[in-house]
Amino acid sequence: MAEVSLRKVVKRYDDVEAVRGIDLDIADHEFVVLVGPSGCGKSTTLRMIAGLEDISDGDIMIGGDVVNDVPPKDRDIAMVFQNYALYPHMTVAENMSFGLRLKRYPKAEIKSRITEAARMLDITDLIDRKPKQLSGGQRQRVAMGRAIVRNPKVFLFDEPLSNLDAKLRVQMRIEIKKVHQKVRTTTVYVTHDQVEAMTLADRVVVMNKGRIEQIGTPNELYHNPATRFVAGFIGSPAMNFVPCRLEDANERLHIRLTDRLAFPLPGPRAARYQSVSRNEPLLLGIRPEHITEARPHPEPGVEPFQAMLDVTEPMGMETLVYFTLEATQICGRVSPNAGARDAAPLRMAIDLNNMHLLNETTGLVI
Amino acid sequence: MSTLAIDKAGPTRKIKYGSISRDRAWALRWSYFFLVLFAIFSLVPPFYMLITSLKSSAEISAATNPWWVFHPTLSNYVELLTSNQFLRFFWNSTIVSVVVVIVTMLISIPAAFALARMKFWGSATLATGVFLTYLIPDSLLFIPLFKMLAVVQDLTGITLLNRWYVLLFVYPTLTVPFCTWIMIGYFASIPKELDEAAIIDGASWLQTLTRIFIPVALPGLIAATIFAFTVSWAQFLYPLVFTTSIDQLVLPVGITTTLIKGDVFNWGQIMTGALLGAAPPLIIYAFLMDYYIAGLTAGATKG
Repeated sequence: MAEVSLRKVVKRYDDVEAVRGIDLDIADHEFVVLVGPSGCGKSTTLRMIAGLEDISDGDIMIGGDVVNDVPPKDRDIAMVFQNYALYPHMTVAENMSFGLRLKRYPKAEIKSRITEAARMLDITDLIDRKPKQLSGGQRQRVAMGRAIVRNPKVFLFDEPLSNLDAKLRVQMRIEIKKVHQKVRTTTVYVTHDQVEAMTLADRVVVMNKGRIEQIGTPNELYHNPATRFVAGFIGSPAMNFVPCRLEDANERLHIRLTDRLAFPLPGPRAARYQSVSRNEPLLLGIRPEHITEARPHPEPGVEPFQAMLDVTEPMGMETLVYFTLEATQICGRVSPNAGARDAAPLRMAIDLNNMHLLNETTGLVI
Repeated sequence: MSTLAIDKAGPTRKIKYGSISRDRAWALRWSYFFLVLFAIFSLVPPFYMLITSLKSSAEISAATNPWWVFHPTLSNYVELLTSNQFLRFFWNSTIVSVVVVIVTMLISIPAAFALARMKFWGSATLATGVFLTYLIPDSLLFIPLFKMLAVVQDLTGITLLNRWYVLLFVYPTLTVPFCTWIMIGYFASIPKELDEAAIIDGASWLQTLTRIFIPVALPGLIAATIFAFTVSWAQFLYPLVFTTSIDQLVLPVGITTTLIKGDVFNWGQIMTGALLGAAPPLIIYAFLMDYYIAGLTAGATKG
């Protein structure tokens, strides 16, 4: 087991920079998820750590050693691929033992490691089957087993759950988390699914256009996003962004959304945003759960307003409501008992204690 | 009320089942018609050979029905199979074909692997180049090849021309390009993650080839093997040019040179020899046909 460090890592394909200088430190035993939209460079970064891609610039260190020119087999890593990449002509046991057999481990050692991994992944009964006789979820388990038996310094996962159906994905997500709790191997996991990232990671690395947007624990990213990209990417339904500006009225700082709609800011927020230019075009970032139905005795900072709902989506435990503010569609989450109906007005409330203010031009959270 | 309405709205028109299966039936009828036609077309010559091989020379030249044997005899078979000359041809053909298949595989498999997987400068051009060489007919190549081997023979003093083993150098110019091409297609259809997984598992390039690629691409390799064997076995022009002494000849050339004396055609034995010569590829095809088809189609749709 080991820590992994990336220093100003760059990947260029001809003239295109796929990865544009990444700095990242992954601690021993840590589970780090690289997440971002397709083409953000997350898979390339993982493949550079694996040694499947050369790095154009910078350094990659595994366990303190620079491995820039070390071939994959000498990096002591194991990788799980999206399409499982099981050897079709080998049984499950042979698939799992392939790496150990190449390294000429003693037979008894190989056998005990396979037995142990198979037990951990609940595939003991499948050990003599060929991959084509297995379901997608079972194949994914075997692929993980192949990584576990090697007992490597680092596990690399490249979108391992993308080929599974939604239900199985949730189940395997839990399996992966359990496995990590048992083996505690440093893990780098790539996904485009922010839910997977949030649920699995000790720390999430949000990537966009070849750069790291933000690194943080799932809760940090959720509650304190640094940029508009992170704010919009993490969380489902996504955060609402409403064009707004600040203005002073009645000796209090207000946030004005439309000509007719403006709210006074609660004390701490007002203090934080006091220095922001009053003419600057800004964005109010607010998550759907902070736009709810109005309640009789609101806390300070929770401001009521009247909304004309366009569409409602009952989810059972909550109802998602959609309405428009000057051509911006806004999503709110209300109680199923709030009486929200399609094309009907509803008294709503916005919780400004949990608002974010973003600079519209730079996209940074203020 | 509503259930009543639904009952009344039930289907009154009789649904025509089976219109699709009727189309299918016609399609099948046509397929069988053409398949039978094709089968007759391709089976008549071997049938005629078989008939003729069972006749004595006298019956062949007699003005009887050529499609029937009135006095079947195995004398042609006995004569050929007890003739040292014929057995020599057979042996030459066998050893040449087997060695050529082995040589071809030893060159083609690593070549195809390198061209399909190791991206190096000019690899794509080289792959196309390999295929282009296959497109040049051997009737254009035999004179320059002969010249080359003559020069080599003069320089080294090793006798190559008019020796059966010269064919071991000549045949691979036909088999290697095509086999390499088939296998490039086959290797290219193996997902890239498979060799990446092997590399991460600690396999070298050679181990990836021998432990992963060859077993996974086995149908393709068998197809290529059959092809190489058939080409070597049936090759006529090159052995005709490069070997002349009777004891150096392979089967196809041997039959035509020894059984046709001037304008005297020993038809019975020619047909028998051709049938016996066709037997080994036929037996191989019969056992490995499925592999052969799987391999050819995989090569066809890729690359």
